[in-house]
Amino acid sequence: MKRITYNSPDKYKAVSDAILKETGTISVLFAGVGGQGILLATGIMARACLFEGFDVKVSEVHGMAQRGGSVVGSIRFGEKVFSPTIDFADFIIALEESEPLRYVDNLKKDSVLIYNTYRIYPTTVYGGSCNYPGNIREMLLKFTSDVFPVDAYKIARQQGKSKAMNVVLLGFFSNFLPISTDSWENAIKDIVSPTILEINLNAFKAGRNLINNF
Amino acid sequence: MEKDVVILTGNEAIALGAHEAGVGFASAYPGTPSTEILENIARSGNIYCQWSTNEKVALEVASGASLAGRRAIVAMKHVGLNVASDPFMTLAYTGVNGGLVIISADDPGMHSSQNEQDNRYYAKMAKVPLLEPSDSQECKDFIVKAFEISEEYDTPVLLRTTTRISHSGSVVKKSKARNQETARTYSKDSMKYVMIPAFARNRHKILLEKFEKLKEFSDKTDINKIVNLKDKKSFCKIGIISSGACFQYASEAFKDYPILKLGMTNPLPFGLIEDFVSDKSLIIVVEELEPFLEEQIRASFLNCKVIGKSFLPGYGELNVEILKSLNKFIASENILEFIHEHTLKDLENKIKKFKEKNSYISGNKEKNDIKDSVKKTIPPRPPVLCAGCTHRPVFHILKKLKVMVMGDIGCYTLSVLPPLDSLDSCLCMGAGVGQALGIEKANDNYKNKVVSVIGDSTFFHSGITSLIDNVFNRGTGLVIILDNRVTAMTGHQTNPGIGSTLMGEDTHMILPEEIVKAVGVKNIRIVDPYDVDLLERTIKEELNRKELSVIICRQECALINQKQILREFYIDESVCKKCGMCIRIGCPAIGYENDKYFINQAICTSCGVCSQICPWDSIKANEENNL
Ligand code: SF4
Ligand code: SF4
Repeated sequence: MKRITYNSPDKYKAVSDAILKETGTISVLFAGVGGQGILLATGIMARACLFEGFDVKVSEVHGMAQRGGSVVGSIRFGEKVFSPTIDFADFIIALEESEPLRYVDNLKKDSVLIYNTYRIYPTTVYGGSCNYPGNIREMLLKFTSDVFPVDAYKIARQQGKSKAMNVVLLGFFSNFLPISTDSWENAIKDIVSPTILEINLNAFKAGRNLINNF
Repeated sequence: MEKDVVILTGNEAIALGAHEAGVGFASAYPGTPSTEILENIARSGNIYCQWSTNEKVALEVASGASLAGRRAIVAMKHVGLNVASDPFMTLAYTGVNGGLVIISADDPGMHSSQNEQDNRYYAKMAKVPLLEPSDSQECKDFIVKAFEISEEYDTPVLLRTTTRISHSGSVVKKSKARNQETARTYSKDSMKYVMIPAFARNRHKILLEKFEKLKEFSDKTDINKIVNLKDKKSFCKIGIISSGACFQYASEAFKDYPILKLGMTNPLPFGLIEDFVSDKSLIIVVEELEPFLEEQIRASFLNCKVIGKSFLPGYGELNVEILKSLNKFIASENILEFIHEHTLKDLENKIKKFKEKNSYISGNKEKNDIKDSVKKTIPPRPPVLCAGCTHRPVFHILKKLKVMVMGDIGCYTLSVLPPLDSLDSCLCMGAGVGQALGIEKANDNYKNKVVSVIGDSTFFHSGITSLIDNVFNRGTGLVIILDNRVTAMTGHQTNPGIGSTLMGEDTHMILPEEIVKAVGVKNIRIVDPYDVDLLERTIKEELNRKELSVIICRQECALINQKQILREFYIDESVCKKCGMCIRIGCPAIGYENDKYFINQAICTSCGVCSQICPWDSIKANEENNL
C-alpha cells in the first residue's frame, strides 16, 4: 500500500484544542440523507477518537428515517463524555448541501460548519411543492463565519468511488481535530472492508489535503 | 491500544453480554430499536438463535429453553411486550429454571414507533425485577447481572433500554471468557410450572415473598449507588435521582449535586433512597416519559419535596439543555430558601410561571427570527418508499379508486405521506385486517369500499387470526397481502415465508396463500404488482365481489431484488405532455427541474411502474443499453 503523506496547517487544529480546554468535550453533528453513509462516518470517527485515547460516545438513528429521509448522527469526545446526544454542536458536518440549514437550532456563534456541495433533491422538490434553497452559503454565514463548502463529490469521483464522499468529508474535517493520522488510518482499517480500503484511505487523504484550498 | 476495549452500541453490548453470560438460547421478533441484538448474537456463532413469528411466541419459546435448563434471552421493541405480555405476566408466577432475561427497547421520541409507552410499568405490574443500563458498558455488565438475579431469585428479569441506549455507541471493556457452566437439569415440578388456579394461588404468594427479598437485594446491590459526591462530607441540600439514559443527561447538567443512580428500578431500593433523601431539602427526579420513579418516591416519602414532571415534559426525549434550564431555575430563584417557607404546591406554581416565560422548556425552541426565516426555506425531506418499491403501484391504485385503506406496520405505512396519501388507519401490528371487518359491519355504505393491506411478515406476526375472524364472521372485504419476501422495514430479516432461518438453515417456506386457502377464503389472487394494469383489474374485480377475497402482491423488495436492472428507463421529451402523472406516484427517482420531467438513472431500479402509469407512453425503456 502507498505511504500517505499529509500536509495540514496547524491553525485549524487550534479550534478544537481551545474547545477541549474550555468545555472538556467536543460535540459533532453529522447531517445527511438516508443512504449517504453517516453510520460509516461516525463509526470511523468514533474509533479514531478511541485510538487517540479519548472517551467517546456516538448516537445514531435507525429504522424508518433511513428510507431517504433526513438523518443525523452525533459524536462527542473528550476526557469524559456523558450524554451521547447534542444540543449545541461545535462542528456540523453535512453530507448534502441543504441539510445543514435544518440544524441551525444546534448552531452556536462559533460553530464550525463543513458541508458537501452535493445536492440530493427531496421528493417534495421533485414533486414541485417546494423549492430547493438557493443561497445556502449566505444563509449559513448569518450564524457563523466558519463555513467551509467542500466539493466532496468531485474528489470522491477522482478516487474512483462517488459513495466515498463521507470519507472525503471526514478527511477534510480531520484537520480540525486533535487526532493523529495514524489513529484515523487505523480506524478506517478497522471498519472498512479490505476490498475498498485503499480507495477509502485515498479519499480520506484527498479530503484532508483540501484544506490547502482555504 | 488494548484489543479488549472497543466501541459498541448498546445492542451490540447486550449481545456481548449474552455471550459472556453463557446464554444458550436467543429469540426475538425484529423491531426498532431492538433488532440488532439478535443479529449480533447470531454473529457470535455459539448461541442458538431464531427470529420468531411474533414477540409472544419468542417469549414462549425462550421460556421453554429456560425450563429445559438453558440461559435464554428474548429481545423486542416496547410495543412487542404488549404482544408478549400474556406469557410475561404468568412467567412471574412460575419463575424459571435456566435464567430468563427479556429486553424491552423503548422508543421515547418515537423515532420509529407508533407510541412511546413506558415499559417500566410492566415490571411493576408483574413484580419482575427491572434493570436500566445507562451506557453500553452497563448493557453488557447488566446482562450478566440479570442472569444471576434471574437464577438466584427464580424470576424472569426485564432489562429496559431506550433508543439512545440501544443505538448509541460507547466504550466497552470486554471480559475474557464465556461462562460455560450455565446449563441446569430439568426436573418435573407441576406445582411450579402448571398454572391451574390451585397451583397459581400458591405461586402468587411465593411471588410476593420473592419480591420482598428482591427489595433487600435492590438495597444492597452496587448497581444502585450514589455518584458525583465530590466531597463526601459536604452537606448538599439538593439531590438528583435518575436512571438509564437520563442519568447521563443529569450528570452533565447537574455537576454540583449528588446523584442517586438507579441501575435497578424495580423493586426500588427504598432503604437507600431513604438515606439519600433524609438530609435533603429538595429532590429532583430526572426521567423520560412517565413519572415512574417520581410517583413511588413521593408516595413513600411524604415529607420529601420532589420536583420531576412538574418541570420536565412527560413526552419525548430529555436532553441536557432542559436540565440546564432547571438548574438555572433553582439557582436564580433561590429555591432552597423558598421551599423552607413554602409548600410543594407553591413551588409547583412557581415552576409553572417560569415555564410560561421560557417556552423552550416545553419543547419549543427559543424564538429567533433569523433562524425561523431560514427554517422556512428548507424543503421537508420525509422518508419515502424506495425507488422501485413494490408497494408503490398498490397504493397508487388504491388512491385512484378512493377506497378506505386500513394500513398496518411496515415500510408501506409510509404510503400515508403525499403524494400517495392513501392510508385511513395504522394502529398496531395486524390491526388493519380486523378493523376493516369492523367498518363493514358497522356501516353498509362501506361494503366493497374498504381494503386492508398487510405485509408478509406482519401477516405471519398477527394477521392470520384476524383473517380467520373475517372468514368466521362472514366478512366480504378485500385483504391485500404485500408479500415482498422479507421483513423489510427493520433491515431485511427472514420470516416464515422465506425458507431460511436466522441461523442460515433451509426450512419449509410457508406461503401466505396456503394459509389463506386453509382458513377458508375462496377468492385468492396472486399478482405481480409491477404489472400495474393487471393489478388494477384484479383489485377492482375483487373489490366488487360480494365475498371475502385476498390478493397477494408478490414481488421482491426493491432493495434486495438484484435481477431487474436490465433496462434503463428514460422520459422521451418529444412525447412527454408534462401532465405530471409520473411524479404523483412519488418515486424518488423521478424529478422535475426547468420545466422538464426526468428519471435519475443513479437510483432508478427499472421496475417499469412509471412507464405503465404515464398516459402518453412517454416513459420508455432502453433494452439495448450495455449495463
Ligand atoms: S422505473 Fe420509474 S417507477 Fe421504477 S424506479 Fe425507475 S423511475 Fe421509479
Ligand atoms: S425497503 Fe423494500 S419494502 Fe421498504 S420501502 Fe424500500 S423497497 Fe419498499
